[in-house]
Amino acid sequence: MSFISVKNNQRIKFAEIPVLSYNELYNLIISELKDDANVHCVNYYGVPKGDKIQLICCLANDAKHIINIVSAIVSKNDTLQSVSATHLSFQLFEREIHENFGIGFDGHPWLKPVRYPHSAADKSQKIQNYPFYSIDSEELHEVGVGPIHAGIIEPGHFRFICNGEQILHLEIQLGYQHRGVENLFLLKKKLLQRATLAENIAGDTAIGHSLAFADAWESLCGFQPSKQLQLERALALEQERIAIHTGDLSGICTDIAYQLGNSVFGRLRTPLINYFQRWTGNRFAKGLIRPGKTNFPFTADLRDQWFDVIQAYKPDFIEMAEQMFDLPSVLSRIERTGIVEPQTALQIGMVGMAARASNLNRDVRASHPFGYYQILDYQPVMEPVGDVYCRARIRYDEVLRSVDIMSNIVNIMQFDNQQVKLGNPSPDSFVVSLVEGWRGEICHCAITDSNGDLKHYKVKDPSFHNWLGLALAVRNNEISDFPICNKSFDLSYSGHDL
Amino acid sequence: MLSFALIFAVSLFFSGIVVKVKSIASGRKGPGVFQPICDIWRLLRKGAVYSRTSSIVFQIAPSIYFASILAAMAAVPFGSQGGIVSFSCDFVFFAYVLALGKFFCIIGALDTGSSFEGMGASREALFSMLAEPAFFILMGTLGLLTGHTSFLQIFSSLHIDTNLSYILVTIACFLLIMICMIENSRMPVDDPKTHLELTMIHEVMILDNSGFDLGLILHATNLKFAMYGALIADLFIGNLPANIAIAAFFGIQIAVAIIAGIIESFMARFRMSHNSQFILVLSSLALLMLLGVMLINN
Repeated sequence: MSFISVKNNQRIKFAEIPVLSYNELYNLIISELKDDANVHCVNYYGVPKGDKIQLICCLANDAKHIINIVSAIVSKNDTLQSVSATHLSFQLFEREIHENFGIGFDGHPWLKPVRYPHSAADKSQKIQNYPFYSIDSEELHEVGVGPIHAGIIEPGHFRFICNGEQILHLEIQLGYQHRGVENLFLLKKKLLQRATLAENIAGDTAIGHSLAFADAWESLCGFQPSKQLQLERALALEQERIAIHTGDLSGICTDIAYQLGNSVFGRLRTPLINYFQRWTGNRFAKGLIRPGKTNFPFTADLRDQWFDVIQAYKPDFIEMAEQMFDLPSVLSRIERTGIVEPQTALQIGMVGMAARASNLNRDVRASHPFGYYQILDYQPVMEPVGDVYCRARIRYDEVLRSVDIMSNIVNIMQFDNQQVKLGNPSPDSFVVSLVEGWRGEICHCAITDSNGDLKHYKVKDPSFHNWLGLALAVRNNEISDFPICNKSFDLSYSGHDL
Repeated sequence: MLSFALIFAVSLFFSGIVVKVKSIASGRKGPGVFQPICDIWRLLRKGAVYSRTSSIVFQIAPSIYFASILAAMAAVPFGSQGGIVSFSCDFVFFAYVLALGKFFCIIGALDTGSSFEGMGASREALFSMLAEPAFFILMGTLGLLTGHTSFLQIFSSLHIDTNLSYILVTIACFLLIMICMIENSRMPVDDPKTHLELTMIHEVMILDNSGFDLGLILHATNLKFAMYGALIADLFIGNLPANIAIAAFFGIQIAVAIIAGIIESFMARFRMSHNSQFILVLSSLALLMLLGVMLINN
């Protein structure tokens, strides 16, 4: 085996990563992925090495709880054999490598850039003339939605090809929010700047992304967070999860015009994020997660407040959710709508909550535990069918599960706040940090140079995998059901665009 | 003339009551009942913006739509007092003058060339086409029952005093409320509150309308609501003395508004493909009613 196998957040020397020829890398990936649902790619990207490119592939093996890392050096003008031709889950990774370095992939279903940054390899391709899949037919019609969107959300373009009310094909084109996040990590030299940057990768996943960055950074520095710090972070992560899940259930109710669910879930979400306000001074808990320390230590008073909030929240939440999942008019809208078959979810490499709703076991808390989850032995919540109902239902079940986890955490808190000083990152190192945010698997990969400063930083939001899932879910559905499918995934535009 | 004035009066607060009921049902205070009409008044004082791709059709469509509602209102009687016009088979006039307005609304939407508005127009055309038989069978049944063919004669000779009439009136009320909800693109067929163009029916057709035109279209909806409410009220107030009838008229209108608000609060809207099924069920219900009356008449 020409891999180096690491655990989540395990620091290695960059030089320890095996360097193969591309053909060997290709064969290795193919043989690893073959017929094994437990193996999936968490990151595959290129790092400039002189005038060549080093492709780094991180394949996670969920059953063995390890991440296999391997690399290959290729030239910029190479045309390589595409992994996507046999494993569709690689298609977006390969498109991204193509966008960054101009490397061609032979056999890729449709090789076009993911985003259109100033640093793109081929500047002649513009977002204005993005090559959409188009049809030439008298009966079919195209509907274009966005990028200037009706709701107050993020910009993205959705191009539908419809037969009357039925969607035959949807192509989702994003990239309008590209800010060059990965590059900013290198340009911003202060740790505080980087931590703040991580928080703002996706506004609704402030905890998830900043935790992934903190884990990566602490691992590079050889810092072991105290048990108390781990507990606080797990509490924050789960609190973010239940807050966003509750808000999403409210959003799903809005989209099917179920006013009662909309207003009750909306009301229930507010105390949850207000709790963050009391804890950290920010409703989205920005400022809470900082590498090596916390600026807002958890106190006995906060513990009591937490119990108050949850005691008021839980019974109402259960009552409302039970009523919603029992109402015929709601069920007729969400059942058998927007199905992603388990086989499809595996094929396109879906992750996180949306994958688990399609009966695909992808949960970093169980497969690659980090922090407090290492001692938790978490069992993922799964749903069998993969329709909107399952994606709504899994939110309900996960909220209840998270509330139990949090009760446990809050009960075993110690309130000791001795802080250990964070050292400097070790030079020439590499680390993969996985975090299960509310949406799914967040992956940050960091490489340091010979002085111990960041040389390369790679971010991957779960949305990167899951947008294709949405595009496939709506096929053969009515176009009027698109909003409800979209909301059931609730993917991030900025997390995808970086 | 009385009915025309009363319908106009009710239209000023009808949708305000619906909004108020929805607000209370979701635990909010909600705006005052005259807020919607104040919004419309604000719109009516504004100029309209027209897209360069649209033609004269788009500009005249809202006015014709509004005029068609006024014309239909003229045919609606108030109990035993006739409307402004009353003639044999005036319910046919009523239905088709409304259809004329809808036709202009639809071609106005198509005129913008937007794919959204085209979708909305196609949905609106389909659903109002399906709702039409239900209305005609209902009116035919009432005509058969009373032996008359104009709104005024039908309503003034309708007596609610037998078991059969209770059943008929219940079904007729249900049908009229549902036709009213469909015609006004309300729940459970359409969601007037949604911000999602892809799921809209009526709202997506008027996306390009602004200012005065939008005000006309919005007030036309209020008038339509009040007009169907008046038809429902007419089922009950046929022979009451005028002062009691006016009180009953307002009471029934408010009850209809509250029912509409409750429907919109406590259920999810239908899937688009279930809408046609649902609307056809209304026609079959009307047919059942017709069958019942035919059995009795024999």
